[in-house]
Formats: sequence, structure tokens, C-alpha cells
Amino acid sequence: MKTYQQINDRIESGKAVVLTADEIMDYVDKKGLAAAAEEVDVVTTATFGPMCSSGCFLNFGHSKPKIRMSEAWIQDVLVYTGIAAVDVYLGATQLRHNDPANMDHPGEFRYGGGHVMEDLIAGKALQLFALSYGTDCYPLREIRTYFTIDDLNQAIMLNPRNCYQNYNVAVNDSDRTIYTYMGILEPNRKNANYCSAGQLSPLLNDPYYETIGVGTRVWIAGAHGHVYAEGTQHAGGDARTPDGIPKGGAGTLALTADMKQMRREFVRGASFRGYGVSLALGVGVPIPILSEQVLKRTCVRNRDILAPVVDYSEQYPQNTGKVLCLVNYEQLRSGEIEIEGKKIAVGSLSSYHKALEIAHLLADEIRRGDFRLAEPIQYLPKDTTMKPLLVREKPQ
Amino acid sequence: MTQTVTKKLMLFFPKCECEKPIIYHLVKDHNLIVNVYRAKVTPEEEGYLILDVTGTEGDIEAGMEFVNTFNVTINYTGKGVTWDADECTHCGHCITHCPTGALHIANEATREVAYDESKCIECLACTRVCPFGVCASAF
Repeated sequence: MKTYQQINDRIESGKAVVLTADEIMDYVDKKGLAAAAEEVDVVTTATFGPMCSSGCFLNFGHSKPKIRMSEAWIQDVLVYTGIAAVDVYLGATQLRHNDPANMDHPGEFRYGGGHVMEDLIAGKALQLFALSYGTDCYPLREIRTYFTIDDLNQAIMLNPRNCYQNYNVAVNDSDRTIYTYMGILEPNRKNANYCSAGQLSPLLNDPYYETIGVGTRVWIAGAHGHVYAEGTQHAGGDARTPDGIPKGGAGTLALTADMKQMRREFVRGASFRGYGVSLALGVGVPIPILSEQVLKRTCVRNRDILAPVVDYSEQYPQNTGKVLCLVNYEQLRSGEIEIEGKKIAVGSLSSYHKALEIAHLLADEIRRGDFRLAEPIQYLPKDTTMKPLLVREKPQ
Repeated sequence: MTQTVTKKLMLFFPKCECEKPIIYHLVKDHNLIVNVYRAKVTPEEEGYLILDVTGTEGDIEAGMEFVNTFNVTINYTGKGVTWDADECTHCGHCITHCPTGALHIANEATREVAYDESKCIECLACTRVCPFGVCASAF
């Protein structure tokens, strides 16, 4: 058994033993669980994939004269101004003004909130245009200016949901091509798309949230941030395998970090044809090896993780909850799965390559003593389920 | 028998050359087999053509000398579709949409995506499916 303090002391002394979740299984097989748990201090996990529930708060500082922005656009992308005078919230899925969306189906959605966030972190000069109704204390009625991230007082990423513990595999049972947030799905189950880093994914390596909780320090696109709450749609009570691996989405994390410390290659605006814009983000989460049990959980392999296959032409949009079958990530990564006798080509929306890079970057930072672990101040619920939105004709 | 080779080319036809039957003469006068992947005439009446030419080195050289007598630009890299290695996130979404395996997983352990230009048939599926705009068409 180790404590957070003991692990941080070893990190500080430069003696911490750190492996990635991709390496740890073979290491434990070689050394044995008890010896490895004694020796290894941290296992790093990571993910890089699109997550629509992303955004950021920006503070512009005050102009002369001052303005209380009541409507504002950055690069023609609408931001939320229903907060203090020069604070705005930019959401990842917000479309650019005049984007024709799906009027000419399938829309291209070339630029939106996620792309603004990428450009901001890349240091590009961006246009702010804002309107106001004017007040005695904030008389300016209109402003147009150009700024970079260095001009902002704060640029704080605030993602209400990230790091989905597990996720659907999407297929299309209809006879027409469909355009979804899970990518383009060809008719009659010609292809399938999944979106998870599998055995490298943070919450699959800590399925019962024994180390990852509110207050956990995480690596977000190169910045050191933290988990600020359970993520939206967190459903820790989802059905699990005997080893504790959820068979559905289950847990999620709400994350925050300073965008001024982020690296552009891990914050990428994404355009999903026929669907919209989003943001792909790189996140690394360290798991402190407090016990043999914690270590054992990090040894999860792709073949042990089951994902539900769901039809996105009818079952998903109609919210029927129907699952065609379960497949494991070893099958998915082979590039082909077989369902009801039909072979289906498999693609991914989540980048294992980037996730692996992040897991190694985080491991290196910990080994160098540049990244300390933080003990959660609150644990994530393990018994909650996701409620549907009921359509009621009158208040009850 | 003289050995034949195949070369992929991209030709750009400015407005003044757009209506000339240049490819016809490559076939008839220079014994070249042509396989056109993609062609486009823009609203400005400029033309782009991606094609394979197959023939002896001598015939291809003579054919290109013939093309050079016009104001046509020959791009010997034949890159009508480009894949930006630095911008690719290696998610793998493109893989199932690429019909020839030009875009493929190069390293199973790291899931690195790579692009084999010689296998590309210019179908442009990748330009429509890549969420990050990594694949682009020259025209």
C-alpha cells in the first residue's frame, strides 16, 4: 500500500517508476502483481477524441469607454454573453454565423467554436465583434477589434463532459448513407465506427473511480488542469462485466485547465460532414498505484472491454436503447467485426496514436518531477443512471 | 520487347489550351496508354487532369515533349490529393472509406495512419470524411 504523499515524494526525488497503461500489462505479467505494485508508482492513461461538450470562458478586459457585451462573436462564431460585462463562454459546437448547416445536405461545417479554440491556442489574431444596449456604467454600444490569447486576462477551458468511460460502436441499418457525430455511416452496415482509446482510456483503467475523482490533477493538451465535477451524463451505475468494466458509456469527467498553457496539436477543431462542428482534445490522467487492486485494474486489455453496437439510423435517434450486440476492442482494432454473419469494416474517431503520445508525455513529465498527483477531494458516484427527458403535456 | 513504365501526372490547362485534344495525340501519335482518374474544367475555363500514362520511357518522354509545346503545366508528382502528415491526428476514420488502402494503418501497435500515394485513385472520399481537413484536393 502507498499513499499519495509517498508517491509524490518519489516523484519529487526523481525516482518514481512510471509506465503507460499500454505497457503495464506485460510488466505485471513479467514481475507479478505484488512485486509490480510495490515497484510502480504511477500508470498513465490518455485519450484523444472529439467531445462536443467542450468550451471555454474568456475575459477580454475593458475597453475605453467600457462595454457590457450583450451579443458577441469571435471569428463570426456566436459566444454566450449572459454573464459579466466582458466575460464570454465559447462553445465547441457553435456554428459560424451564416453557416448553411444542413440546408444543403450534407453540410460541410468547415468552421465553428472548436476551430476558434484551436486558433486561439495557436496564437492567431482573432476578430471580436460585440454589441450592447448601453448603460450608464457601460456606455459603448458596439466594438470590433482583434486579439490573441496573450491579450486575454483569462482563457479557461471548461468541459462539462469528457473522457467517456466507454462508448457505442455505431452502424447504419438503413439503405441510405447517414451523417452522424460518429462519422459517416454507409448503408446496410457497410462500416462501423467506435470512439475510445480502449485499454489506454482513463476511466477504463479505474472502472470504480477509486483514484480519479473531483480534484484529480490531469494533463489537458499540455496544461495541468483538474477534474472539477462528475461529467454531465455520468452514469456510474451502468451494467458491468464481472471485472467491473462498464458495457455502456458509464462514467464521464468534467475538466478544466488554463488554455494559455495548452499546445495546439492537442486541441483540434473538428468538422463532421452532415452533423456539425466539435472539438477533439487530448487528455492524460495519471493513476497512482496505491494498492495491488488499483494496479490490477490498470492491466485491463482491449479483449476485456466490451462496447455496445448500436444502429444510428433508427435505434439511436429514436432512443429505443436497443443494442445489436457487444464487441471487444481487440475485435474493433482488427479493422473488421462480424455481426449476424456479415463482416463490417471498422474505423475509429478516437486517436490511439495521439493518446499513446500523451500517455508517454505525461509519464515523462512525472518522471522529471514536473507533474504531481492530487488526491481527490470527492469521489464520483458509482450508482447513478442517466435519466431521459420526458415530454409532458402539463406540469406535474 | 521494350519495357513499359507507368507514370502518374497532373496536367494544368490554362484557358487558351483547354479545348485542344492533347490527350488524343498522346494515344495516337505517341503510343501511350492513358488512364484518367479525374478531370475538371473550372468556370474560368481552366482545366485539371490527373492521369496515368503507360508506355516506353522513350514514348513517354516524346509525349511530354509534345505536351510541352503547349502552354500546359506538367506536374510529375501527380498529386491531385494531398494528405498532410503533420496535421493528421491518426484517428483512423478515413480508413474504411478509402477503397484502395492508400490510407492505412502503418503500425498496428501505435495505430499510426499513413498514406500510400501510389494507391490513390482520386475518389476524394477522404476529403469528405476527415474531420480535420487533413486530406485535400488540388482542384
